[in-house]
Amino acid sequence: MLRLRRLLVTLVLLAAAGLGGFYVLTDPRVVSPSPEIGTLPAPDLENGKLLFTAGGCASCHATPNQDDKLRLGGGLALGSPFGTFHAPNISPHTRDGIGNWGVKDFVDAMATGVSPAGQHYYPAFPYTSYRLMPPKALADIFAYIRTLAPVEGRAPAHELPFPFNIRRVVGGWKLLFFEGAAFKPDPTRSEAWNRGAYLVNGPGHCAECHSSRNALGAIVQATRFAGGPDPEGKGTVPNITQAPDGLGKWSKEEIAELLKTGFTPSFDSVGGTMAAVVRNMAQLPDSDRMAMAEYLKSLPAVQGPTK
Amino acid sequence: MIRTVLVAGVLGLGLTAVLAQSDPIAERRNTMKAVGGATRDGAAMAKGEVAFDASKAQAVFKVYSDAAKKMPGLFPDSSKTGGETTASPKIWEDQAGFKAAFVKFEADASAGASVTDLAGFRTAFGNATKNCGGCHETYRVKK
Repeated sequence: MLRLRRLLVTLVLLAAAGLGGFYVLTDPRVVSPSPEIGTLPAPDLENGKLLFTAGGCASCHATPNQDDKLRLGGGLALGSPFGTFHAPNISPHTRDGIGNWGVKDFVDAMATGVSPAGQHYYPAFPYTSYRLMPPKALADIFAYIRTLAPVEGRAPAHELPFPFNIRRVVGGWKLLFFEGAAFKPDPTRSEAWNRGAYLVNGPGHCAECHSSRNALGAIVQATRFAGGPDPEGKGTVPNITQAPDGLGKWSKEEIAELLKTGFTPSFDSVGGTMAAVVRNMAQLPDSDRMAMAEYLKSLPAVQGPTK
Repeated sequence: MIRTVLVAGVLGLGLTAVLAQSDPIAERRNTMKAVGGATRDGAAMAKGEVAFDASKAQAVFKVYSDAAKKMPGLFPDSSKTGGETTASPKIWEDQAGFKAAFVKFEADASAGASVTDLAGFRTAFGNATKNCGGCHETYRVKK
C-alpha cells in the first residue's frame, strides 16, 4: 500500500516536472530569441516592395473575392492536414491589422515566428523561410506595408482540433525543426547564384510547397524541392530539382520564362496557386528571375515521393 | 498502294474521332495541346524569333476560338476523374463561372482574328494568353 502511494507520488511529480519542462522549453522567448535590430538605416521602399512581391504576401493576406491585391484584410482559408488556417489582416489598420506594430514586432514575427503578444505563430505562415531575410530587408518590407491602405475587419479564427489549437505546441515543433539564422552567402559561388538562393529559399519560400512534409508537418530535408502530393488537397506539386521529371531538361532561360509568363517549355500554362506565384515573380527584374533559375539549375537531382 | 494508305489513313482518322468522342479527357487534353502549340507559334512571333505573318497570326486565334467553343462541352460528370486528369472539382461546382471563362477567352481570341500587323498581334496575343493562367488557377489542380 505504502509502495503504491510512493509510486503514485513519483508519477505525479514526474508529470508535473514534464509539464514544467514543456512550459519552459516552449516559451516563445526561449525558442525564438529576438534578433538584433540595432540602428537600421532609413527603409528602402523599393526593396520592400520587391521583397513583398517576391514573398507572395498578398497571395495569402489580400482580402479574398476583390481585385485589389494590396488590400491586406486577410481571411483566406488555407487547408492543411492539421486543420484550416485563416490568413490574418496585415494591413496597417491600427485595430485590426498591424498598424500598431513597431519594426521590432515585425522583424520578430518574420524571423522568429513570434507575435508582439509573445505567442508562437503556426508555420503555415512561412517564417521558416522568411527568417533568411536579414533585419534590414524585413524592415524594408514593413515600411512598404505601412504605405498601403488600412483595411478594417479581422479574419476568422483558425479551425484547428486539439492539440494543434495550443500554440505552445508550436514551441516544441520549433525546437525540433526551426532554424533561426539569416541567409549567409556562399563565397565560392557567383553573385547571381547567391541572389537566386536567397530569393528561392527566403522570400520566395519555394520549398514550402515544392517539398513533402513529415507527420509533424515539417519539410523532409532529404527530398527538399522534389515535390510530392499537394497538402492542400487534390493534385501533385512538381519536382523542381534537376531530376529527369523535374527541371533536369529545362534551360535557365526556360525556368526564367516560366516565372515571367507561366508557360512551360511545351507551352502548357501552370495553374493552381502557382498562377499567383507567376503574377508576383513577373514583377521582378529579369536578372532576379535568371538568378533564381541559376540556383535551381544547381540543385542535385532528387527523386520525390510517388503518389 | 496509295489507295491502301489513303484508306488506312481515313480509317485511322475516323477511329481517332470516335475514340475522342468516347474519351472526353483525351479530347480536352488534345484540344489544350493544340492551344499550347498555337501559343508556341504566337510567342515566337511576338518575341521576334520568327517574322510576323498575318495568316499565321490569325491562325493562332482560330485555334483559341475553336478550343474555347469546344472545351466547355468536354466535361461531362463521368469525366471528373481518370486518365491522370488535372481537372479541378471546381469545374463541376461552378459550371457558370467555368463557362464564363471560356466566353471571355473566345471574346479575347476573336479580337485577334483579323490582325494585320505585329503591334496589333502583340496586344491581342497578350490579352488572349492572360486567360491561360487565370483559368488554370481556379479550374485546374496543381501538376
